[in-house]
Amino acid sequence: MRDLTVVRGGREVLHGLTFDVPRGSVVGLLGPSGCGKTTLMRALVGVQIVKSGTVSVLGDTAGSKALRKRVGYATQSPAVYDDLSVHENLRYFASVLGAPKEDADRVIEEVGLTRHRDQIVATLSGGQHNRANLAVALLGTPELLVLDEPTVGLDPVLREELWRLFRQLAERGTTLIVSSHVMDEAGRTDRLLLMREGEILADDTPDGLRARAGIDDLEKVFLQLITEREGARA
Amino acid sequence: MNLSITLATTQRILAQLRHDHRTIGLIVGVPTLLMILLRYVFDAPALFDRIGPLLLGIFPFVIMFVVTSVATLRERTSGTLERLMTMPTGKLDLLLGYALAFSLVALLQVGVVLAISLTWLGLDLNGSLWSLVVSALLCSVLGVALGLFSSAFARTEFQAVQLMPAFVLPQMLLCGLFVPRDQMVGWLEGISNVLPLSYTVDAMKEVTVSADVTGNLVRDMVVIAGFALLALVFGAATLRRRTP
Repeated sequence: MRDLTVVRGGREVLHGLTFDVPRGSVVGLLGPSGCGKTTLMRALVGVQIVKSGTVSVLGDTAGSKALRKRVGYATQSPAVYDDLSVHENLRYFASVLGAPKEDADRVIEEVGLTRHRDQIVATLSGGQHNRANLAVALLGTPELLVLDEPTVGLDPVLREELWRLFRQLAERGTTLIVSSHVMDEAGRTDRLLLMREGEILADDTPDGLRARAGIDDLEKVFLQLITEREGARA
Repeated sequence: MNLSITLATTQRILAQLRHDHRTIGLIVGVPTLLMILLRYVFDAPALFDRIGPLLLGIFPFVIMFVVTSVATLRERTSGTLERLMTMPTGKLDLLLGYALAFSLVALLQVGVVLAISLTWLGLDLNGSLWSLVVSALLCSVLGVALGLFSSAFARTEFQAVQLMPAFVLPQMLLCGLFVPRDQMVGWLEGISNVLPLSYTVDAMKEVTVSADVTGNLVRDMVVIAGFALLALVFGAATLRRRTP
């Protein structure tokens, strides 16, 4: 991503962002709500109108036709059909992607919804709904996964399971960009992009950040970075 | 354009409707009820023979318009449209998928209403049954296409529901159902000439008076199909891959 600037609702929400993501890694996108995480992710999957800058994904321009099967995207609010069962939803999205038929059941198992396979989505709990949404992104084994707050509303056990799944996917060569506003998830990533108010405060490994700040708690590291930035401005 | 995506979309929409018995009940039940009322309120078989077939074109048009505009609006607001736009879905795949699914529903609707009209209500049809069914189907496809197109002008379901009177009622007044179009003042007739519903009524009138497939009927059908196609193309243009 090079010098990405995005204007939404008459306001500039991303101010010339530049960063690289190595393949096969789990990158955490962290920052408070409203800092531009979602906009950044929308730009990555090519549904965001951008003002300037370039976004290149897996060697192609973001949103180009060739990428539509190679990038999986899960929005923060679930984008699945409420009036269909979990399996019907996945079967439909699988055929749109041209993914194998067995994929629907595979991803249902990966997100732990096997017991709810034939349940209508509207009757699922918030966490289950979220996982059904995540499952769609996993269809067709994409090379890049862009996941917007995939662990919101999940209990610790499920969160643990999902992070284990993300790790497995990365080991198989998938690149994951996962946003979160929970700092304790930051430690599980290979690389962290800390965002605030449309800018990237830091781009480093969790250990690198800790070492640089000399603090073990990533939340405190984040706070220190903000203070430094404000200090530099003043 | 990808046929398997189109068909998967049709299948998905039909699955959604299958889970929604009440909507199916309304789609089929409401026009049936109206037809029965029409027959017994006027209680004049000759009048029913004349107006009944016209309504067989107008009902599917109106109902498909409402159902489609709300369904596509839901697709736009729930995020599923955006999700499909990040996938290999073509805009026409989606629109044709909708058109096909709702045409099948319209077939069911027209079938039931027609069966009841011809048997119980004693509708006497001069023209051929097949021309009537094909014309009624074309009317419903037109409703689907205009519904898809008009949903682009609504942000909420509140607005979408009100598009129905906005798009449909003026056409209803001008289509020749209440006053024959050639008896209207010139400028109104001129307007009615460019409104699609006028041609559905013309086609239905043609079906009631002649048993043959006349040149006029074919012309009306071509015009209706043209309007539907145009609305679909405009509808496709309102679907955006990138949004602000």
